[in-house]
Amino acid sequence: MEKIKEKKEVKNIVDNNQSKSLQKIDIKNVKVWYDDFNAIKGIDMNIKPNSVTAFIGPSGCGKSTFLRLFNRMNDYVDGFKMEGKIKIDGKNIYKKKVNVEELRKEIGMVFQKPNPFPKSIFENVAYGLKIQGIKDKKFIEARVEKALKQADLWDEVKDNLKKSALALSGGQQQRLCIARTLAVEPSIILMDEPTSALDPISTAKIEDLIFELKEKYTIIIVTHNMQQASRISDYTAFFYLGELIEYNKTKTIFTNPEKKQTENYITGRFG
Amino acid sequence: MNSIQKNRLKDQLFKIWGIVCTLIGLVLLIIFIGDIFIDGISRIDWEFITDLPSRKAEKSGIYTALMGSIWILILTTIISFPIGVAAGVYLEEYSKKNRLSALLEINISNLAGVPSIIYGLLGLELFARIMNLGASVLTGSLTLSLLILPIIIVATREAIKSVPNSIRDASFALGASKWQTIWHQILPASGGGILTGVILALSRAVGETAPLIVIGALAYVPFAPSTPMDEFSVLPIQIFNWISRPQHGFIENAAAAIIILLLITFVMNGIAVYFRNRWQKKWK
Amino acid sequence: MRKIRELVIEKSLLGSALITIAVTVGIISVLAIEAVRFFKEVSLFDFFTDTQWTPLFTDKHYGILPLLSGTFLTSLIAISVALPIGLSISIYLSEYAPKSFRKTIKPLLELLAAIPTVVYGFFALIVVTPFLQQFIPNLSGFNSLSAGVVMGIMIIPFVSSISEDALHAVPRALREASYGMGATKLQTAFKVVVPAASSGIIVSIILAISRAIGETMIVAVAAGQQPRLTLDPTVPVETITAYIVQVSLGDVEHGSIEYRTIFAAGITLFVFTFLLNTLSYRIRKKYQEKYE
Repeated sequence: MEKIKEKKEVKNIVDNNQSKSLQKIDIKNVKVWYDDFNAIKGIDMNIKPNSVTAFIGPSGCGKSTFLRLFNRMNDYVDGFKMEGKIKIDGKNIYKKKVNVEELRKEIGMVFQKPNPFPKSIFENVAYGLKIQGIKDKKFIEARVEKALKQADLWDEVKDNLKKSALALSGGQQQRLCIARTLAVEPSIILMDEPTSALDPISTAKIEDLIFELKEKYTIIIVTHNMQQASRISDYTAFFYLGELIEYNKTKTIFTNPEKKQTENYITGRFG
Repeated sequence: MNSIQKNRLKDQLFKIWGIVCTLIGLVLLIIFIGDIFIDGISRIDWEFITDLPSRKAEKSGIYTALMGSIWILILTTIISFPIGVAAGVYLEEYSKKNRLSALLEINISNLAGVPSIIYGLLGLELFARIMNLGASVLTGSLTLSLLILPIIIVATREAIKSVPNSIRDASFALGASKWQTIWHQILPASGGGILTGVILALSRAVGETAPLIVIGALAYVPFAPSTPMDEFSVLPIQIFNWISRPQHGFIENAAAAIIILLLITFVMNGIAVYFRNRWQKKWK
Repeated sequence: MRKIRELVIEKSLLGSALITIAVTVGIISVLAIEAVRFFKEVSLFDFFTDTQWTPLFTDKHYGILPLLSGTFLTSLIAISVALPIGLSISIYLSEYAPKSFRKTIKPLLELLAAIPTVVYGFFALIVVTPFLQQFIPNLSGFNSLSAGVVMGIMIIPFVSSISEDALHAVPRALREASYGMGATKLQTAFKVVVPAASSGIIVSIILAISRAIGETMIVAVAAGQQPRLTLDPTVPVETITAYIVQVSLGDVEHGSIEYRTIFAAGITLFVFTFLLNTLSYRIRKKYQEKYE
């Protein structure tokens, strides 16, 4: 009985912020340089809300660089230069006035390797709220619980929230990182090869999670694993040498690609 | 004996030589500490620690010098710790690869190699004369702070460097500003390493003699300092003063004071090693 | 608001970093200003050619050579003790010693450099000199020999630690190639590993020399206070640093020529150590680039 009640509660809280996440991303003629190296060579693209979009392509094709543009994580890289426009909900996120920290609250990110802070499980999830200046303990506790439930980790850790996050297994750590991202209630979640460092069972768990999350969030995922892209994404974009070669419904890309290059990559002839 | 056998013999001989060399320093250290112990331990009692200096060896104590050293230790910590860590954080987290950062780097590396007595000359002119602070505890602490600044900066940078970049990424991605990331994540994660470096630097400051002699610290002060502007002596200067006296009683005093000074130095080094080990474990 | 706060923090951190530049500027200007005043009264020619240094006597001579020779002599003795022992230790620890032994012995060796130098001075004067006098009867109570030897013991960890790091950084594959051809550890160490780590070893030696030149308390306590142009290790000498201590202990009037002599001596010392430090920095940068 209690479990059902709990689930209902979660659903309620989740439903409350559903309206937030109908944000689309417009990308216009984006070019990126690292010093003299032209990493992205002019990309136009629209990313649809409440769906999973997968970025695929061989190593060094610029897909990770491209992903990190949406929350401006490239800003700290030495020699980074960018041209073009990225509009989220109609607003250009590279305008001077934009508050980068505000932007990153809206757009969460999960990284390739699980990177929990060397602190307790609770502190990890609460961190994003605390740096926003939220001090209400009850509120923070509620959010932490909700985020851990959303990330399917609550049952495993609810009795030792004070334990160091570094003591968790790799798969648990990655779900903790997802929970940490969810706790600040973003509308878009960027995932940079989130399962590449995990074993198959942990990977399956994360994939299930992504599937659940897409109802409420816009998810963009970079992956090396083509089966993964076809399993979990609605749309797939294929990148090669800093260019967007093909972008379409995942089904179309994997069954009937328009471009020869795409077909070659998907069928494993190169890359 | 053929050449292969000869080579093996040489190899074995060098191995023995290597062990001898490795142990010789430590053996000398033990002999030396033992010798000082024999000379000085009988002289150490409560009076020796609480007595003021005196003309007569058997009546002399280290009270004022010990208090001076404690004053110096505290003030030097207060001055050098925030500046050194701040500079280390700037160089590791903020500075871009440009001329200024290259200049700062070579400059700090050079300062680390400047003889301590040169810092004494700087302190003498700048703090004691131009800023008119005289031969005060404050002048001494400022001088020693500048002396250990490079050590603290280098240690801070090393500790910060060991924090993986993924921690920075995670914090930024959650909407933390640069300073929030540094304050909440980088500094706590590198704290053990920084603390180790700071304690080692302070232990060096406690043992310094030459720069304090140059700024004019006294060998004989009748009272322990009570404000930062008071004149002072420190344990190493007291020891130096006693060594230079011909009467045997003072040699005994010097040995006894050395035992106290070594105790302080070893305890500080021990604490530093403890922090380093605990901190290194955290990352494994 | 938040942006302003971030900016204020960044600027104050930068300010802290810039203090280090101010320190260097401070050192150079303080030394230069007083030294220039000194050289208005004493010609550079006399300073470098006069063979006597007697600023505190009535018959005043301002030749730096005796102080330089004292500094040179004590440093030479120290290096000839520290170099063979330190290098042997580093080769033994990196090529022969078991890992656990290496791990315990390294911090213990570094303890040698943590002991206050005035304590080494005591050791040199009270223990080493009487001990050496049993073999060298005409060894005087103050001499550069025991001061130099003790200073050498102190700087062993400077040589051994940095050299050992450099030797340790040499890739295993290089050693294995040599073992594979039937070379012993000793042959491999001297023919392959040491040459590959040579820049790191040279850096360690330069830093040790720089440390020896600037060392003060050991020589002030045990080497004497008699400026003397000699290479005889058994007689009292005076180093640049010991001279500065000697003047500082006395009552010398600010602005007098005696007062300025310590800055003239100081700038000479600074120039030497500065050149050595810069050289070691250059070499270090160069070989860092090679491995990166």
